Amino acid sequence: MTDTLAFVPVLIAIGAIGIPVLTYVGLGLGEGILSLLPQGLSGSLRPWVWLSLPILLVLLILIYPIIVTLFTSLRDARGEGFVGGSNYLWAFSGTMMSILKNNIIWLIGFPAVTLVLSLATAVLFDKVKYEPVAMTVVILPTAISFTAGSVIWTQMYSFQPQGMTQIGTLNAIRSLFGLAPVPWLIAPVVNTLSLIFIAVWLQLGIATLILSSAIKNIGSEMLEAARLDGAGEWRIFRSMVLPNIVPSVMVVLTTMIIASLKVFDIVYVMTNGNFGTNVIANRLYYELFSANNLGHASAIAVILLVCALPVALINIFHFRAENKA
Amino acid sequence: MSNVVISDVRKNYGPTKVIHGVDIDIDDGEFVVLVGPSGCGKSTLLRMIAGLEDITGGEVRIGSRIVNDVVAKDRDIAMVFQNYALYPHMTVAENMDFSLKLKGMGKGEREERVAKAADILGLGPLLARYPRQLSGGQRQRVAMGRAIVRDPQVFLFDEPLSNLDAKLRVEMRSEIKALQHRLKTTTIYVTHDQIEAMTMADKIVVMRDGVVEQCDTPLNLYDRPANMFVAAFIGSPSMNFIEGHVQSGANGPAFISKDGVEMALPAGANPPVGTAVTYGFRPEHMALTAAGVAGALPASITLVEPTGSETMVFLKLGTAAVAGVFRERITAGEGDVIHVLPDPTRAHLFDPDTGKRLT
Repeated sequence: MTDTLAFVPVLIAIGAIGIPVLTYVGLGLGEGILSLLPQGLSGSLRPWVWLSLPILLVLLILIYPIIVTLFTSLRDARGEGFVGGSNYLWAFSGTMMSILKNNIIWLIGFPAVTLVLSLATAVLFDKVKYEPVAMTVVILPTAISFTAGSVIWTQMYSFQPQGMTQIGTLNAIRSLFGLAPVPWLIAPVVNTLSLIFIAVWLQLGIATLILSSAIKNIGSEMLEAARLDGAGEWRIFRSMVLPNIVPSVMVVLTTMIIASLKVFDIVYVMTNGNFGTNVIANRLYYELFSANNLGHASAIAVILLVCALPVALINIFHFRAENKA
Repeated sequence: MSNVVISDVRKNYGPTKVIHGVDIDIDDGEFVVLVGPSGCGKSTLLRMIAGLEDITGGEVRIGSRIVNDVVAKDRDIAMVFQNYALYPHMTVAENMDFSLKLKGMGKGEREERVAKAADILGLGPLLARYPRQLSGGQRQRVAMGRAIVRDPQVFLFDEPLSNLDAKLRVEMRSEIKALQHRLKTTTIYVTHDQIEAMTMADKIVVMRDGVVEQCDTPLNLYDRPANMFVAAFIGSPSMNFIEGHVQSGANGPAFISKDGVEMALPAGANPPVGTAVTYGFRPEHMALTAAGVAGALPASITLVEPTGSETMVFLKLGTAAVAGVFRERITAGEGDVIHVLPDPTRAHLFDPDTGKRLT
C-alpha cells in the first residue's frame, strides 16, 4: 500500500509536465505533417489534428469506461462469466421494483416542486425592492453540501413516539398545536417526499437564480406594451414571461430530472434506503461496495445512463435551436 | 377619440424633481409632438399619460375621465415604443390580435380588424411571420398595427423612428402623419428630432428641464419663438445670436454688437437706446450682397459646406461665429471675406438675462 502511495507524487509530476509536453509535441508533429500536404488537403485536415487530442481524451475517460460497464453488465457478480440479460431481468424484478417506483416519485416530484417554487420565487422577487436580500436567503442552502444539508434535516425531521418530548423542529411545531408527531422518515411515501423536500431546499436557490436572470432579460418595454394592451399581472406571466423563459425552464427541468435520477447522498445519509426510501443510485452503491456484485452494479449504471441520456440530448438540442434562433 | 388635458402635472423621483408643473391642452384628433433635448422629461410625461409612471402631482384627463389612478390597461390608449416592444414569441397577426383577445372580442371581429389594420399598413403578406424575421421598418409597422387595431382613444408614440435609417425615417414620418389624418385619433408623439416635430405636428410642445418652454403650431414656433432656447432648438442650422445693445445710429436706433457690428433693428422692436439685447437671426434669413450696399456686413469665411441644393457657410461677423445658408453656390474659400445682409424683418431681439423674446 505504501509503495503505491509513494508513486502518487511522481504520477502527478509526470501528468503535470508530460501532458502539456505531449500535447505540444503532438500538435507540432501534426502541423509539421500538414505543412507537407497540399494547401486544400491540409486545410480540411487541420481541425482533426487539433481535435485529435481532446477526442482521444474523451474516448479514454468517457467512452471506454461506458463500453466496459456495458460488457460487465452482461457478466456475473465477479465480472467473469457471461450471463446474458439476467442482470437486467433482476434489475426489473423483486425489490428493485419498489426502488424504481421511488425513483419515479423523485423524477416527478423533485423537478415539478422545484420548478413551481423557483418560478414563484423568481417572479415575486422581481417585484420587490429587497430582492438581493431575499435572493441571498434562497441561495444560501446551495452553498451547503447534500450531506451537510441532510444532517440539518435529520434534526428537522427527528421523531419521538407520541407523548415524549419532540426535539425535531417539525414535530415540535406540530406538538405545539396538539397534533400527533409524524414519523417523517419512517412512514412510507411520506418519507420519500420528505427526502425530496431536502433536495428541493438545496436546489431551489440555483433554479431561482437561473429563472430570475431569464426574467430580467425580458425587455421591460414588451411587458409595458402588454400592460397597455390590457393584460393583468397573471396574463403577463402566462402570455409574456413564461413563453420567453422556456429555454431557462428547460435547463432547470432537465438538470433536476437528471439530478433526481442519480440522487444518492440524501438517501444514503438520511435513511440509507431503509423504510422503503431506497433509490437506484444507493442500490448501485450497495451492489458495488457491499455486495461486491459487479454485474448488478453495472446493469444499474447502464439503466441510469439510458434514462439520463435522452434528457441530456433534449437539453443539447434545445440549446442549439435557441442559439440558431 | 378624446381630448387630453394635462394640468400642473409634476413628477418626482424621490427628492429629484423631473417635471415641474406642466400644462398642455390637446384637442380631440390633434397631433401633438413633445420635443426637447434628452432628459427634458418628454418621455417621462408620455409614460405618465400612458400610466407606466405614477403622477406625483397635478391631473391627467383623457376625455371626461381623470386617469391619475386608472391603471395603464384601463386607460384605453395604445403606445408605440422606441424599440417596438413586439412580442417575440407571437406572429405578426398574434401580436396585433393580443389586445383584442384580452378584450374578449369574438373571433370573426378580431380577424376582420387585424386584416383591416394589416391592409392599411401593407402587412398582409407578413401576418404569419415572427418579429425576428422582419426588418426594422416592418417591425415598426407591426408596432403601429398593434396600436391601430385597438381603435384607442389616444395614440402615444415614444421616439418611434429613432431606430430606423434616415431614408426610412422620412418615409415613415409621412406615413404616420397620413395615417393619423385618416384615423383622426388624438396622438401624442415624443421625439428629440425637431424636423420630425415640425413636419408632423399640428401643435408642438417644446420642453426643457421638465418645463414647457413654448406650445404652439410649428410655423409659429419658427416665426415667433418665445425665447432663445426655442429659437435655437427649432430650425436647422440653429439661429445665430449676437450680443450687444441698442444705440442710436444714422437712421434711428440700431443694434450694435460688442465688437461694433451695426445691424438694423428687427421690424416692430423698439427698445430704448442703451438696452442690452441679443440679436437673433436664422442662417437662412441672411442674403449675400455686394460691398457698399446699405447695411452690408463684411464677414470672413471659416468653413464652406456645399450640400448641392444650397451652401452652408460658417462666418465670423466681427468676433461672433454665425452660420449662413445660401441658395447660391459660393466660390470663396476659407479666410475670404464676403458681404452679408441679415433680413431685419425676420430677425428677433432677446433679453440676454431672461432669454425671452422682446416684442
